[in-house]
Amino acid sequence: MNLTLRIWRQQGPEDKGQMVTYQVQDVSPDMSFLEMLDVLNERLILDGDEPVAFDHDCREGICGMCSLMINGEAHGPQRGTTACQLHMRQFSDGDTIDIEPWRARAFPVVKDLVVDRNAFDKIIAAGGYVTAPTGSAPEAHSTPVAKANADAAFESAACIGCGACVAACPNGSGMLFTAAKITQLSLLPQGQPERYTRVIGMVDAHDEAGFGGCTNVGECAAACPKGIPLNTIGRLNRDYLKATSKRAGTPGS
Amino acid sequence: MDLYTSGDPIADTRAPDGPIETRWERHRFEMKLVNPANRRKLTVIVVGTGLAGGSAAATLAEQGYRVKSYCYQDSPRRAHSIAAQGGINAAKNYRNDGDSVHRLFYDTVKGGDFRSRESNVHRLAEVSVNIIDQCVAQGVPFAREYGGLLDTRSFGGAQVQRTFYARGQTGQQLLLGAYQALERQIGLGNVEMNSRHEMLELVIVDGRARGIVVRDLVTGEISTEMADAVVLASGGYGNVFYLSTNAKGCNVTASWRAHRKGAYFANPCYTQIHPTCIPVSGDHQSKLTLMSESLRNDGRVWVPKAKGDDRSPRDIPEDERDYYLERIYPSFGNLVPRDIASRAAKNVCDEGRGVGPGGLGVYLDFADAINRLGRKAIEAKYGNLFEMYERITGEDPYQVPMRIYPAVHYTMGGLWVDYDLQSSIPGLFVIGEANFSDHGANRLGASALMQGLADGYFVLPNTIANYLASGPLEKVDASHPEAVAARTEVEDRLQRLLAVNGDRTVDSFHRELGQIMWEHCGMERSEAGLRKAIDEIRTLRDEFWQRVRVPGDGEGLNQSLEKAGRVADFFELAELMCIDALHREESCGGHFRAEHQTPDGEAQRDDDRFSYVAAWEYTGTGQPVLHKEDLTFEYVHPTQRSYK
Repeated sequence: MNLTLRIWRQQGPEDKGQMVTYQVQDVSPDMSFLEMLDVLNERLILDGDEPVAFDHDCREGICGMCSLMINGEAHGPQRGTTACQLHMRQFSDGDTIDIEPWRARAFPVVKDLVVDRNAFDKIIAAGGYVTAPTGSAPEAHSTPVAKANADAAFESAACIGCGACVAACPNGSGMLFTAAKITQLSLLPQGQPERYTRVIGMVDAHDEAGFGGCTNVGECAAACPKGIPLNTIGRLNRDYLKATSKRAGTPGS
Repeated sequence: MDLYTSGDPIADTRAPDGPIETRWERHRFEMKLVNPANRRKLTVIVVGTGLAGGSAAATLAEQGYRVKSYCYQDSPRRAHSIAAQGGINAAKNYRNDGDSVHRLFYDTVKGGDFRSRESNVHRLAEVSVNIIDQCVAQGVPFAREYGGLLDTRSFGGAQVQRTFYARGQTGQQLLLGAYQALERQIGLGNVEMNSRHEMLELVIVDGRARGIVVRDLVTGEISTEMADAVVLASGGYGNVFYLSTNAKGCNVTASWRAHRKGAYFANPCYTQIHPTCIPVSGDHQSKLTLMSESLRNDGRVWVPKAKGDDRSPRDIPEDERDYYLERIYPSFGNLVPRDIASRAAKNVCDEGRGVGPGGLGVYLDFADAINRLGRKAIEAKYGNLFEMYERITGEDPYQVPMRIYPAVHYTMGGLWVDYDLQSSIPGLFVIGEANFSDHGANRLGASALMQGLADGYFVLPNTIANYLASGPLEKVDASHPEAVAARTEVEDRLQRLLAVNGDRTVDSFHRELGQIMWEHCGMERSEAGLRKAIDEIRTLRDEFWQRVRVPGDGEGLNQSLEKAGRVADFFELAELMCIDALHREESCGGHFRAEHQTPDGEAQRDDDRFSYVAAWEYTGTGQPVLHKEDLTFEYVHPTQRSYK
């Protein structure tokens, strides 16, 4: 199939940037979306142009590095699918496809389609862990975990940190990402001792990094390639409310 | 000119003796310690943030060292350990099914086809139990039983259920555990994290590893970072084949730069080719996707009996199908180890009985399992894998059999290290897939995660202390002549790559190199093929330096320049892999030489001549020097592996 691509080109963070139109011919429906971009880039290099910079690594939907806004949708039209797993059979001959970077205040553009997502790491560093220095762990079977809780914790832990939730949110909020980690750890006995300091630390870091607030639009969950549900944000809010109420943090509460 | 010369044998002088069960504990006691107050005066560089590097950086920082961590990805959470699907082995014996540290040790030595060190493997089996405890304490959501205890399964043909797992995302969950521990240390100011940075050279001062030269991939800035010790945790080199299950960025550059500075490279020819990957669909293919080995528990592998049978698989009657694994290996059937399943698939395809595009595929059929257990049960077990298959191929595996073909997955070879995980350069430690140490000639399923975390959490933090305690080393900074020279080398090399300005892309060279390697140094190797490959690699490498086109400059983000540097190093590694494969005139594990097989086509080891580790020294003349480290087996007696 033959396609028209309109791709965001931006030399660097200070550059204004613009959409540039390219034609690609003979695209196979078996190609992945990123392989289609590879073909374009090979041609650009040979034509003496600069190839389009985009982030990618594992190309199997788990590392979370790929980050493309495709026709205005984070990771493109297929539900539950990262851009690297999207295949060209989802498109038709003659289509025009818009490709843009994640756009959010907390994710500044580095170049073309590449953005800086370091703000996510800062949220994790502010409490998205269990303090368990190496060697200090008790025998694994000393604390059973109800299967339902373990399974639900896993559902939230499946987050790949790609940032689609932020890109899809009209407020540029990172609440789904933050809530996914909080939900995972608050469902497990190992996460209880730091439960309320964690939620305050992570939410504060979220706000400081320039993410917007959550107004329950729900675009985040719709765009999430791993199906993290919207109700994780409800869990975060409940924990946050408890944590900020007077009694939380008081010994014995 | 000969392809290589022979040097003095080497020995692992740090390997303890005595009863194997007490070696690690005794060794730990005998090693020197660093006073907690002195640790904060010592800096350790860790390159790579996968299971090995992430866990090591976090643990060293917890102990009080100053750590500088580097990864080429935009976040340490994205290292390729994240893609491991199946699980992690540990000798917990929670199933009461006869497992023990000794059995895990035994299985790993045997599975490695008697080409690994007994002492190392035993230590790995010992610490495996601590890894599970550690990960559970971090909140890793392992699969659990209804009673709330951890679930385990059998994996990769093991006869005990010792594999812990988190659905098909075990690597992701273990890595996030290590990443979170690392982020905690970053937040506390104990680790300086440098993401989107690539190590391009090692700095050696007075014979010791004292720093690295790195390039900031965003700004293009080159800087020299000094330390008291350097740890490489930069992963394997499977991408030398271009197509592999590795992430696109995985590369050998950190290891290769160290090798060029004197670190021996051990057993480079040992490559694991995984039998269950989605076949290549066309020339555009940029990587291969693994389908978890667990699928072989219920899927049956077959090809048509007749050559060139292009009927739809559902139209081929039962008696015209060849369930070749069940036929050749009746006792293990579809669950034979990876190397054996891969070669069998190659053989039937070479006979002209392969299926799908180019005849490079075999069927993995779930029809019997769906009839027996019902579609629901199969969905519950493998639903996400089936969906992934359908997304990639456009075919519904509930209706038609999957097509699979082997793909490069893991490299057992790597930088040579002693029992302390120290390379042949003092102060340079190598952990995880980047070293060669524990898997011999073939790695068992669910053992890569175990080794990465064993090295990072439990082994290196002990052994590196012993090295650091021998200090203090002389203070050196980036203005030291050796550091300046290393930096100049990096800058010159980048300029050389940019200056060629030829008419071929980096990827086109990488693809061609991969084809040479797959053809001649892949699942089956022969003397003639390897000699041809070496010639072809040399010719192509010369062409690369004359015709490659790297657009842009070195001043900012330039993904073509990053790739060019990596491919240049793959060219040099590729030649060494072929030399190693050529010199090893036997078949063992992932290394199968056509000339060395039993009458019924199985791998034929030659223990009298080749029971050693081949450690290669770089000379710069194109003629590496071979140093042999003899392997001795006191506890597991070498036998011919048989899965019939």
